[in-house]
Amino acid sequence: MSDLAIRVRDLRKQYPGRDGVVNAVNGLDLDIPVGECFGLLGPNGAGKTTTVEILEGVNEPTSGEVEVLGRRWATDATAIRERIGVTLQETRFQDKSTVFELTELFRSFYHRGLEPMAALERVSLETKANAYVETLSGGQKQRLAVAIALVGDPELLFLDEPTTGLDPQSRRQLQDVILGLMAQNRTIVLTTHYMEEAEKLCNRVAIVDQGKVIALGSPADLIARIGGEHVVEFALLGEPPSADTAEFQQLDTVLGVRVDSTGYALTVGAPHLAIPALLEHLETTGRDLARLTTRQVSLEDVFVSLTGRHLRDDETGDAPIEIKGRGRRKARRGR
Amino acid sequence: MANYHPLRSLYLTRLREFYRQPARLFWVYGFPTVLAIGLGLAFRSPSAATIQADVIESSAASQVVETIEAYNKSRTNPDPIFKLKINSEADAFRRMRSGKTPLVVEVKGPKSIIYHYDPSRPDAPAARAAIDSVLQTAAGRPDPVTTVDERKTEPGGRYIDFLIPGLIGQNTMGGGLWGVGFLIVNFRIGKLLKRFAATPMPRRDFLLAILLARLTFLIPDVVVLLGMGVLFFKVPIVGNIGVLILIEIVGALAFAGIGMLIASRAQSMETVSGLMNLVMLPQWIFSGLFFSSERFPDMIQPLIQALPLTQLLHALRRVMLEGAGLFDGDILKALGILTVWTVVSFTIALRGFRWT
Ligand SMILES: Nc1ncnc2c1ncn2[C@@H]1O[C@H](COP(=O)(O)OP(=O)(O)OP(=O)(O)O)[C@@H](O)[C@H]1O
Ligand SMILES: [Mg+2]
Repeated sequence: MSDLAIRVRDLRKQYPGRDGVVNAVNGLDLDIPVGECFGLLGPNGAGKTTTVEILEGVNEPTSGEVEVLGRRWATDATAIRERIGVTLQETRFQDKSTVFELTELFRSFYHRGLEPMAALERVSLETKANAYVETLSGGQKQRLAVAIALVGDPELLFLDEPTTGLDPQSRRQLQDVILGLMAQNRTIVLTTHYMEEAEKLCNRVAIVDQGKVIALGSPADLIARIGGEHVVEFALLGEPPSADTAEFQQLDTVLGVRVDSTGYALTVGAPHLAIPALLEHLETTGRDLARLTTRQVSLEDVFVSLTGRHLRDDETGDAPIEIKGRGRRKARRGR
Repeated sequence: MANYHPLRSLYLTRLREFYRQPARLFWVYGFPTVLAIGLGLAFRSPSAATIQADVIESSAASQVVETIEAYNKSRTNPDPIFKLKINSEADAFRRMRSGKTPLVVEVKGPKSIIYHYDPSRPDAPAARAAIDSVLQTAAGRPDPVTTVDERKTEPGGRYIDFLIPGLIGQNTMGGGLWGVGFLIVNFRIGKLLKRFAATPMPRRDFLLAILLARLTFLIPDVVVLLGMGVLFFKVPIVGNIGVLILIEIVGALAFAGIGMLIASRAQSMETVSGLMNLVMLPQWIFSGLFFSSERFPDMIQPLIQALPLTQLLHALRRVMLEGAGLFDGDILKALGILTVWTVVSFTIALRGFRWT
């Protein structure tokens, strides 16, 4: 019990909205043990930021219980703040400060912590120590935000979409920073839109949708729940996808079929059996492929199978998905 | 090894943010300097005043023009010079409407003149009176009372002497409201306040650092304007400079408090800008920046007296120009009212302050 870094029971947050109350967080439970890297995954507006900001003590819950490092915000706010590090989804730091000055400023708020230079070294920003914040690139600003979160040497770190909007290389750089922190056995709570990031970094993830946890477990567990480990995606030439999928359902080792506006996705146990079977079926029915790709099942598939929706509206993931996604959109526009 | 101190760090950050922005330096120091020089030149004491008037073309008009020309030739120096223009009726009235001439003289006959002017325009009644006096005297009006003109162009009694303390006070108001209010709302919009709130930063230190920085910026503010007044315009400082500084500090705190109050909950630049103007505009108009606030009706005087800028300007002028001391009734009253503004605005601002 005592080695829970975070304990949340029936957390709710309501905002007054133009058409009625918005239930940003709607009965959310979490137990995050010390030393875990925990991912909150969900689409835009799922309530991730709201949840994390309540945990950080900068937002008030409407109701529910929250314990952070065994303490409560109402009674131990300062003690919690000394022990946590935070990056907000977006922060505009003071442009005319240098990287070092800003880090030093935040260091001055904590009783104990890292030397500012040491914090900057953790995120490989020491060469930029004397640069004005306004001259940093997007990725460097994000790393600065992480350095500032680390400067109080926190036991528990909240990172709200630290890699969103970064190019793949900066994203990987920041992911390496996070992996380095995990090696030091810190507790990390991370929100992200990128499944592959959650799969790479997180011991466990909670998939959040409309203010609730709809799935919880290690990435491998969640993927295993879909059954099958591979996805075969294809589209047919000159033929829009049809909702009647029985013909693909009965192919060898196919466990599930999903249709979206651009084509079909088969969850399969063994691609080396399923693909030949698919090709043969198309051959005999006299149809041609417009495209065919295979990949491993990802958390994205878990989310889609749970909700029928995609995690992100704009699919701009890492290389293979990205290229495919762009091609698909182009094809759609072309029609 | 290093010694970390939140208040000092926050204070230094504020100073750096300020002096690293040259554009801001211009608006804070350059702008009022240019303004003071411009106004100083516009209102400098001329060796002789020039009075303009338009005369409507008519057969009798030349008589009037000749009388005035004769006066212009025989006048002795500090007496005003008249510049008359003969124009058609339409042209003369058009020139008056567009502000080019304060007075139109219509000569009906040798003994009949009509003056056309807008009495609310400051120089119009003076022009009318001056011309009329010359014409009446020339026509044989006796002056039964002997008068002597004692002209005040000595330092201390001129318009620029009135203006410089006004500009110092108005700069203190602008600096406090914009410097504190804008800063805080900017931080709130950039989520920096929220980020600070997620640290154990002593919140008192954050606000204290802003105040200390404000008081620091006051030094160059006052030195620039006062220095310019003393060096260029020979504006005297009759009273004690220590009392002057004390008044400035209390005034700066009052406006910083009001700036913080305005910014304590505002979520957008539009909101603060609107509120700022709402607070500043009445003070620009009523507090006696460009002319004495006593010109306004008695009925609204209690309100005008309650405005912090009124008190700041009045106290600055009393000390600078009249040498009032710390225990002068006016000075104590001004310090008292400014202190009330400070305490009340800070108390409300801190109670409702939003970090998110
Ligand atoms: N201050 C607020 N006032 C009103 N509604 C709000 C406020 N903050 C958030 N919401 C609403 O609450 C819901 C959850 O928002 P939240 O920012 O927590 O989502 P999120 O999961 O972080 O999304 P994203 O991935 O886009 O960052 C949204 O519908 C949002 O519109
Ligand atoms: Mg968010």
